Parts: sequence; C-alpha cells; structure tokens
Amino acid sequence: MNANIAKNNISRMSLVKNKFEKLKSRSTVLLFLLPAIVLFSIFLIYPIFRSVYYSLFDWKGFGPAVDFVGLGNFIRILTDEVFLKALVNGLIIVVFSLIIQLPLALMLALMVGRKLRGRGFFRTVFFMPYILSEVITAIMWILIFNADPKRGFLNAIITLIPGVKAQSWLGNTSLVLPAILVVLTWKYFGFHMLLYMAGLQNIPVETEEAAVIDGANRYQTITHVTIPLLAGTIRTSAYLSVLGSLQVFALVWIMTKGGPVNASELMSTYMYRFSFIRFELGYGSAVAIVMLLISLTISLLYRRFLVQPDYLG
Amino acid sequence: MDSRHKKISFRRNIPLIVKYIILSITLIIVLIPIIMIINGALKTRGEFLAHPYSLPIPPRWENFIEILKMNSFWRLVLNSFLVTSATTIGTVFICSMAAFATARIRFRGKNFVFNFLTLGLMFPVTIAILPVYLVVRQIGLIDNLWGVILVHTSFQLSFGVIILNNFFKSIPSEIQDASHIDGCSYFGFYWHILLRLSRPALASVAAIAAVFSWNDLMVPLVMLNSENLWTLPLGTMQFQGQYGTNWAMVGAFVTLSTIPAVILYLFIQRNLISGLTAGSIKG
Repeated sequence: MNANIAKNNISRMSLVKNKFEKLKSRSTVLLFLLPAIVLFSIFLIYPIFRSVYYSLFDWKGFGPAVDFVGLGNFIRILTDEVFLKALVNGLIIVVFSLIIQLPLALMLALMVGRKLRGRGFFRTVFFMPYILSEVITAIMWILIFNADPKRGFLNAIITLIPGVKAQSWLGNTSLVLPAILVVLTWKYFGFHMLLYMAGLQNIPVETEEAAVIDGANRYQTITHVTIPLLAGTIRTSAYLSVLGSLQVFALVWIMTKGGPVNASELMSTYMYRFSFIRFELGYGSAVAIVMLLISLTISLLYRRFLVQPDYLG
Repeated sequence: MDSRHKKISFRRNIPLIVKYIILSITLIIVLIPIIMIINGALKTRGEFLAHPYSLPIPPRWENFIEILKMNSFWRLVLNSFLVTSATTIGTVFICSMAAFATARIRFRGKNFVFNFLTLGLMFPVTIAILPVYLVVRQIGLIDNLWGVILVHTSFQLSFGVIILNNFFKSIPSEIQDASHIDGCSYFGFYWHILLRLSRPALASVAAIAAVFSWNDLMVPLVMLNSENLWTLPLGTMQFQGQYGTNWAMVGAFVTLSTIPAVILYLFIQRNLISGLTAGSIKG
C-alpha cells in the first residue's frame, strides 16, 4: 500500500519534472533560434510583404502611399521595352553561362584533375577573380576595354593585326554585352572549376581505372564515367550560375550603367535606376517583386524537376 | 633503342604538354587585367600615357604614397573593417545558435523552422535591395553602419545555417548525451563543446561572410550617404568616377584596396573553399 503511494508520488514527480524539462527545453530552443528568426523576419520576410503593398501604388517614397494603381505597375513593367530588353539580356547571360562558362570550367577541372603538378597553384590563381569585388573587377576591365589602344590592352592587341580597327567595346551597342560576358566568365569560371574539382575528388580513382581496364579510352572514360558521376555537382553549379546571373549588378552598373541605349541593361540595373535614381519607389517595388518571383520560380522548378540542391543535405 | 624510348615517352607526354599550354594561356588571361592595373599604378601619369605597356622600371611609388596619405582612404578601410568584422562575428554566432537548435534539439516544427531559415537562398540581397531599403529607412538605420551590418548578416544566415546544420548533425550524439549526464546544459554543450568541435565549419562560414561583406557594393551604396561612413567598394567606385582618366592613381587605389582581400584570401583559402563546396560535391 505504502509502496504504491510512494511509486505514484515518484511517477507524479517525474511527470512534473518532465513537464518542467520540456518547458525548459522549449524555451532553450526558442532562445537559440530567436536572433536568427528576428533578423530574418525584419530584414527578409517583412520587407517583401511591404513591397508587395507598395507595388500597388504610384509612390515617390515620401509620405504615405495614396496613389493606388492596382496592377498598373506590373502592366507597365511587362509592356516596357527596356524591361523586356533587360529580361532578354539576363537570359543571354544565363544561356552563355550554361553553354560556355560551365563547360569551360569543367574542361579545366578535368585537365587539372587529381594529381597534375601545380594543381594547387592553378586553383589558387583561377579562383582569385572570384574573391575580387565586382567594383574592382569592373574598374580593371574598363581599362582593358578602353577604346584608345594606348590605354586599352585589348585594342592594343587587336590593332596589331593589319586592317583591324580599335573598337569602343563598352560604347558599342552590339559589342557591350559580349564584353560583359567575357568579364563574367573571367570572374566566375574559377568558382565553378573549384566545385568540379571538389566533386572530382569524391569520385574514387578505381572507378575510372576499372573503365580503362575494360578497354575505354581517355575520352570515353571522361564522357561515360567521370561526367555522369559528376552530375550532382554539375546540377548544383548550373543552379548557382542561373541564380547568380540574376544578381549581377555592380559590375554592369560601373562599367556601363546599363548603356549604351540600354544595350547592357539587366533587371538589377533597371530596378536600381527606377528605385534609387528616379525614386519611383512604387514602380521599383513592383520590379523587385517580379525579380523575386523569377528567382522563386527558378528555385522551385529546380527542386521540383531536378533534385533537391545537394547543399540542402 | 635509346632514342626510340625517348620518342615514345615524348609522345606519351603530348597530352600533358597540351594541358599545360591550355592552362598557361588561361593563367595569362586571368592575370592580364590584374597585371595591367598594377603596372599602371607603378608609373607616373605621364609615363602611363606615353608608354602604357612598358614595364614600370624604375617603379614609381608616388601614387601609392599619395593615397596612403589620404585620410579618406584610411576611413574607408576602417569602415570596411568594422562592417566586415561585425558581420562575420554576428553571422557565426547567430547561425551556429540556430543550427544548434535545428540540428541537435528535438522540437515540434523543426522542419518548418529550418526551411524558413533557408528561404534566403532564393532572395539574394541584390534582388531584395529595395524592399530592404524601405524597411531600414523605416527603422531609421539609413546612413548608419549598423544598418549595413544587420542587412549583411541577415542575408548570410541561410547559407551559414545550412552549412552548420549539416556539420552539427555529423557530430555523434553520444558526446551530447555524455555532456548532459555530466550536468552540462544545452547552452553549456553549445558553448564549451559544439563550438570547439566545429571550428573548421565555423571558419568556413566566417570566411564566406567576410568575403561577401568586404566586397559588397549594393548595400552600402543604397544605405550610406555620408562620405565618412563609406566602405571600400563604395569609395573605390567614387574614386574611379572622380579620377577616371588618371589611370595611374586609379590603379594605385584599386591595388591598395585589393591587398587586404588578397591577404585574407591566402589565409582563409582552405576554409573558404571547403565552405563553398560543402555539400555540392555529393551525388
């Protein structure tokens, strides 16, 4: 009898203790998560909702937004030729990255391979442009592209060929985008090469050796064994490249300001101009929302139709 | 016999030679813009205009000295240093705390919280800058380094939480159990054990945050008006706008403002690379 009561008491006590523990653990969790959630909500989530609201107004940024225009801003965006130009330029950058930059990076990574002498040195140097700021990159290339062969190295080189004239690389509407593509490749191929090199490191050498023993030549080994095994890395790198091309801003803004005549306009420069130079903040908000939707769509499509990005675990 | 042997080994080495040739050409292309700007910086303005491509012999240090004498240059370095170090420290602590909760504590809604915190991957700061600007203005942190620091930190959270979450999960749970039996609280485990065991991953997160914060133009450009608050990228852009035709000076400015980044890079290269490639190498 007594023993039973004591048992009951103990179990009740442990229940109370359990509840207390649970409460304690719950508050601990909250405490650990709080800073991240607060910052995230204030600087990421709340701004987006706020901009959705502002995007419905014609608003210059001062005083409350009163000039309600409904979806007017969005209609204006989708019918603005300059925005469509920016969209097309963005697509060109994406396509160029996928069919030129990434294969180039892959090729170089395969060349450096696992044990080439000087591997570390090449990796360090090729990756260097990635850590230079876009500002510095832009300034360096403004000098290279200078229209005067006495300053611009590129023109100095091409004018050595008889009959070839110096070009105004950044001032010519048909040359400016290719010029920017060169700079983007220069800056980012090292990053993708790095990803591929790391991926390569994860493929056991034995797999390739087995292919060779089975009679595959060098080329077959690469196309039938190495590249398929790198598929995950290639997908991730492609995804990061697509998302990254939406983020190019400083490079283009400093080199061309989106010009000449919008020839190098990107969504980011377009949004910056309307938001922070013309101060059409309602319209700028609408542009930002469109960009966010595009970015969201890319991410969702990627997760839905390809696989979960590897870095999500 | 001997010559035939040589011939064979030469032929076998052709792919290797071609490899080195291609890699060297790439190397030269990568280095040309960097060399050109440094080359220009080591000449006087007149020398640069007269012989832009000759070697800078003797090197002229005047441009560098002139910039190092400018108070405004040191102001930029200081501001960048403040922003970068605060962002880095903030990112490491806030991310590691959040990742500790999502990786090592069981609670309801864990998946939801984790997915919420990774939303930032879809909203890079370049895209979200106007919405963010409007809120920072509302809070009253425009023209204040704290505004830049908080925004930089917020936009590094997702990446950091993912890296650390994966890393923390890989630490055996026995260690945590043992520490609890020994009377260690959650916080004690986090502070005394987890952070110590996770140094490489923390260093990777720190490296990525530092490089991002040091290089970012967008946030300072939009949020800082007063010249004495500008960071290096912003100051460099303005300097180029002002001295655009004096390439010797611009070159010296660019070179000097790159040195901290390059030194940082050489030190943290390993951590930076392991952070950037974390996870992307699976499958």
